[in-house]
Amino acid sequence: MARIVILGAGVAGHTAASFAKTWLGREHDVVVVSPNSHYNWIPSNIWVGVGKMAPEKVITELRPIYDRAEVDFRQAKATALHPEGDATEGRPYVDVEYTEPARAGVRERIPYDFLINATGPKLNFGATEGLGPEKYTHSVCTYRHAKATADALSESIERMRRGERQRFLIGTGHGMCTCQGAAFEYLFNLEHVLRQEGVRDQAQLHWLSNEYEMGDFGIGGIHIRHGGYISHSKMFTESLMSERGIFWHMRAHTKAVEPGVAYYETLDGTEHEQRFDFAMLIPPFSGVGLKAYDHKGEDITNRVFNPGGFMLVDGDYSARPYEEWSARDWPKTYQSPLYPNIYAAGIAFAPPHPMSKPMKSPNGTPIYPTPPRTGMPSAMIAKAVTASIVDSIKHGTTEPTHTASMAEMGAACVASAGCGPLCGTAAAMAIYPIVPDFERYPRYGRDIDLSFAEIGLAAHWIKYVLHVMFLYKARMKLGWRFIPE
Amino acid sequence: MTPNQKPYEQAYFPSVPTSTVLHWRKNVLWQAWRFVRINLKMMRVVRASHH
Repeated sequence: MARIVILGAGVAGHTAASFAKTWLGREHDVVVVSPNSHYNWIPSNIWVGVGKMAPEKVITELRPIYDRAEVDFRQAKATALHPEGDATEGRPYVDVEYTEPARAGVRERIPYDFLINATGPKLNFGATEGLGPEKYTHSVCTYRHAKATADALSESIERMRRGERQRFLIGTGHGMCTCQGAAFEYLFNLEHVLRQEGVRDQAQLHWLSNEYEMGDFGIGGIHIRHGGYISHSKMFTESLMSERGIFWHMRAHTKAVEPGVAYYETLDGTEHEQRFDFAMLIPPFSGVGLKAYDHKGEDITNRVFNPGGFMLVDGDYSARPYEEWSARDWPKTYQSPLYPNIYAAGIAFAPPHPMSKPMKSPNGTPIYPTPPRTGMPSAMIAKAVTASIVDSIKHGTTEPTHTASMAEMGAACVASAGCGPLCGTAAAMAIYPIVPDFERYPRYGRDIDLSFAEIGLAAHWIKYVLHVMFLYKARMKLGWRFIPE
Repeated sequence: MTPNQKPYEQAYFPSVPTSTVLHWRKNVLWQAWRFVRINLKMMRVVRASHH
C-alpha cells in the first residue's frame, strides 16, 4: 500500500485528491492536509465582495466530501518537509500542526511515499506597510475577506446616499503582484453596483496597477482579431475603463498605505499619492513558508524552494536576460529535481521567470506582474502530476508519464464586469498557449486562431455556469469527472 | 458628464462602444447565440490543451 500526501485543498490540491482516490481506490491511502475546513471557489469571491452573493454560496465543507470519497483529511497546516526522513523515521515525512478547533496546535508527522505540494500562496500583505484587511485596505482573496469588504462597501454606499462623495481605489498593493484579473473584476463589479444603487455620480473610481500597460494581466496581455485588426488587450481594457469613467494609474509599486492614502512609485522613479475612502488592493503572493530538512536535520529549504518560497521543479531556472527566455524553460512534469517522489502543483511551483517583461524604476524598484498560475492551469497541472504518481504506483514507472507545461496549454477565463441574469456582463477570454512561445508563434507568441476576447451578457451566464459546475465538481457528485478542468 | 472624459483627459482617447454595440451586448437572443459560440470556442482551447 502506498500513501500520497497532498498539501492543500484548493483548486490544485482538491483536484489531485479527487483523481488520486478515484484512480487508486481503496488499496492506497490518499491524505489531504489543509488548514482550511472549506473549499472556496475563489473566482466567485468577487460577487461576495460587492454583496451580490452570500459567502456560503462560494464554499463547500471538505470533510463530508473526503469522508464519502474515503480520503484521509487532516485539517492542519504543513510546517516542514523531511524528504529523507531522519534518524528515527526511515520514511520521508511531513510535519503538520492541526488547526481544527478540537486538536488546535497538536503536532504530528505524516510519512508519505509521494507528496504533492499544492499549498497555494501566502497572501503577503506584510510586503507593503499598511496593506490588508487588518490594516487600511480590503481584499477579496478569501471568502471572509470578501464578506468584510462587502460590509465596508455597504457603509460607503450609505454615505453616498447621504450625499457624501467617496473615492474608491482598486488594484494591486505591490509592484510585484499577480492576479490583476481579480482586482479588475472587482473594479467593474463595484462600478456596476454603484450604478444599480443610484450613487455612481457620488463616486470617483481609480485603478492602480503594476502592469506596464493595461490588459497585461501578468501574461503580457493577449492579441486577438477584432474588427479587421489584430489588437492588444490594452485596447479593450482601456475602452472598458473609459466607458465607465474610471481613472487609471499604471506602472505603479504601492510602497505604503496609511488611513485614506496610498503612496506609490512609478516606473519612471517618481513618487505619488492617491487618497481614498475605500481601497481594495490585491497583495503579492509568496510561498507558504514550508521548511525542508535532510536526514541529518540540516536545513535544505533553499535547495527545495526558491527565495520566494515556491517549490523548485523541472523548469530551467538559470538566470538569463528577457531576450533569451524560452517557452521551453517552463516545467513539464512538476517533479522536484532533488526528490523524485515530490511534486508541486498550482501556485506552489516556482515559475522559471515572469511572462511580462521585467522592469525596474531608476531607484531599482522592480515593477512588473509576476506570472499567474491559478484556475484552469492549476487543475490541469494537478491532474497530470497525479496521473504520473498513479502510474508509478500501479505500473512501477520510474519517470513521470504525464506533462502539463503552461507553454503547451491554453486557458479560458471569464472576468466578471457586473452581476445579474439580464444586466450582468463579463469578458470571456481564451489564450493558447498561456506562456508565449515566440519560436512557434514569432509575431505574438500565441495562436491568434485560438485566442479571443468578447464582452457581454453571455459571458456573465458562462461565469455563473462555471460557478455552479465547479462547485458541483468539487463536491464530487455524480459525473464530476466529466467536467473538464 | 461621466468623470475622466473631458477633452485631453485620460479616457478621452481610447475607443468606446457605440449605443448599438452596447445594445447587442445585452440583447438576450443575440447573447444566447454568443453563449453557444463562446462555449464552443472555449472547448477548442480546452481540447488543444489536453494532448
